[in-house]
Amino acid sequence: MPVLEVRHVSKNFGAIQALTDVSFQVERGEVVGLMGDNGAGKSTIVKTVAGNFPPNDGEIVVDGEVCHFHKPVQARAKGIEVVYQDLALADNLTAAQNVFLGREMKKGFWPIRVLDKQAMVDRSAALFKELKSETRPRDLVRKMSGGQRQAVAIARTRLSNAKLVLMDEPTAAISVRQVAEVLELIRRLKAQGVGVMLISHRMPDVFAVADRIIVLRRGSKVADKQTDNTSPEEITGLITGAIRGE
Amino acid sequence: MSDFVPTKEKTGLQRVVSSQPFWVTIALIALVMLMTAMEPSFGTSENVANVTRNFAPFGLMALGMTVVIITGGIDLSVGSIMGLVAIVAGLFLTWHYPWYVAFAVGLFSGLACGAVNGFFVAYVGMPSFVVTLGMLSVARSLAVVFSANQMLYQFGPDAPIVKAIGQARWPLHGPQDWAPHWIPGLSSQFWTMVVLALIVGFVFNFTAWARHLFAIGGNEEAARLTGVPVDWIKFEAYVFSAFTASLASLLLLGYNGSAINAMGQGYELRVIAATVIGGASLMGGAGTAFGAIIGSAFLEVIRNALLMAGIDSNWQGAFVGAFIVLAVLLGMQTGGRSLLAASLAALMPKRSR
Repeated sequence: MPVLEVRHVSKNFGAIQALTDVSFQVERGEVVGLMGDNGAGKSTIVKTVAGNFPPNDGEIVVDGEVCHFHKPVQARAKGIEVVYQDLALADNLTAAQNVFLGREMKKGFWPIRVLDKQAMVDRSAALFKELKSETRPRDLVRKMSGGQRQAVAIARTRLSNAKLVLMDEPTAAISVRQVAEVLELIRRLKAQGVGVMLISHRMPDVFAVADRIIVLRRGSKVADKQTDNTSPEEITGLITGAIRGE
Repeated sequence: MSDFVPTKEKTGLQRVVSSQPFWVTIALIALVMLMTAMEPSFGTSENVANVTRNFAPFGLMALGMTVVIITGGIDLSVGSIMGLVAIVAGLFLTWHYPWYVAFAVGLFSGLACGAVNGFFVAYVGMPSFVVTLGMLSVARSLAVVFSANQMLYQFGPDAPIVKAIGQARWPLHGPQDWAPHWIPGLSSQFWTMVVLALIVGFVFNFTAWARHLFAIGGNEEAARLTGVPVDWIKFEAYVFSAFTASLASLLLLGYNGSAINAMGQGYELRVIAATVIGGASLMGGAGTAFGAIIGSAFLEVIRNALLMAGIDSNWQGAFVGAFIVLAVLLGMQTGGRSLLAASLAALMPKRSR
């Protein structure tokens, strides 16, 4: 059973048709690259699956269950985690504090329920170790490199044992060495059986990690190809419209 | 964004030394020691009781202001809320209601102002500066209208109780009490501030609520995406700020034994100054309960010291203003070190060979 199935999803914002009858699926432990030009509908797909808004038409199926999300929290409860483009980290907090933001571990009994800081630091350290990242739980995010920030954002998704992780442009705006680090993190998620949807502009990064590539053009799916059976040239053609899709 | 990776986690001591409240505390201690040595009347227990009583209302409100400022907002209405609370409570006392009814209604009116602030800032999404500036005007105007521009002082049967609350001291001096004369008899305002500071300090350090508060100040959108109830927490912040203003107002009402509609006029700026001196960032995301208290204490000690040194009181504003800028300058972070530490290192470079 696929971990995520998008069935005939359409979405419009007033007169703008953002998505038209888009269908695809993501299996466990599969990395799917989602590509397309600006305005092709990539972000709309992400936001629909992540529960920021419901589709006008069609349905989102998670693990065989039809879901109607109205808030990101609901999607998260079903095991869908998102790594946002700007990472959604609070700079003034530490790595561990960011990992547990919104779902802090507590101890004691009401009315004195206090943060279990040590447990959160330990758990974060374990997650960073699992991701083979050099991030330290007590460091402030403000002082971290781009790669370390990505690790914090990704560690957050590991907290709940997510089934599907959506990553929005994780390799934009970071250095070459850090890109390698992030791609390694994605491989590690895959190895743990997590489905990954990678939204990216950067062709080499997608080809480096994706098993399958889906191309969107003007709100419609124009291609869904195994990475082994395609080439960057073909994908570029599909994105720009030089090659007609399905 | 750089590839720079710090080699070591900061130790607790380093974190303390690079913080602004630490340097302000050092400055405060230095100032107190200097004044004690130079001016015999400064170090007397009577003056200590005086100074601590004077800054306590500011310390109380600075705690509330810190909470608001951590979210990245500001509350300009605290002074006016004090005026309104004092008049409302005063009216109920003059109508011969029991003191607890008067205090409860006064407190309620203050909380209502805070709730209006919080509603417009958190749920309507207006800038806090505008909303609380409006409340500054509205609450003061209501205070003037309700009081018919009269001073209220004929407080009915419960007047002695109200006065006792505002003027209470501990520890007591006297033949039957244990405290020797050199221990200052500290005011009820001061003790209220201490208790509230301990509570706020505990909340800041040990609760998820405060985590969310700081996260909102750091990156509101991130907090929202991770499921933090951002609007509700911001709303609560403004209500808490109004609560501290109400508390300060009721204690001052008791101390003065009268209510005037001008109570708290201009206090908002002193409270904000104290909060900023104590290390809260107007950009949001930083602030401590200790800093709020130290900042308030610092301002009052400067005021008191200038008075005792016989300097024309018109100079106070200049000194206070200079210290606001100086304190923030000292706490400014340059590459992870405080500006002071950085300039010391520049002046006295370590020899390397």
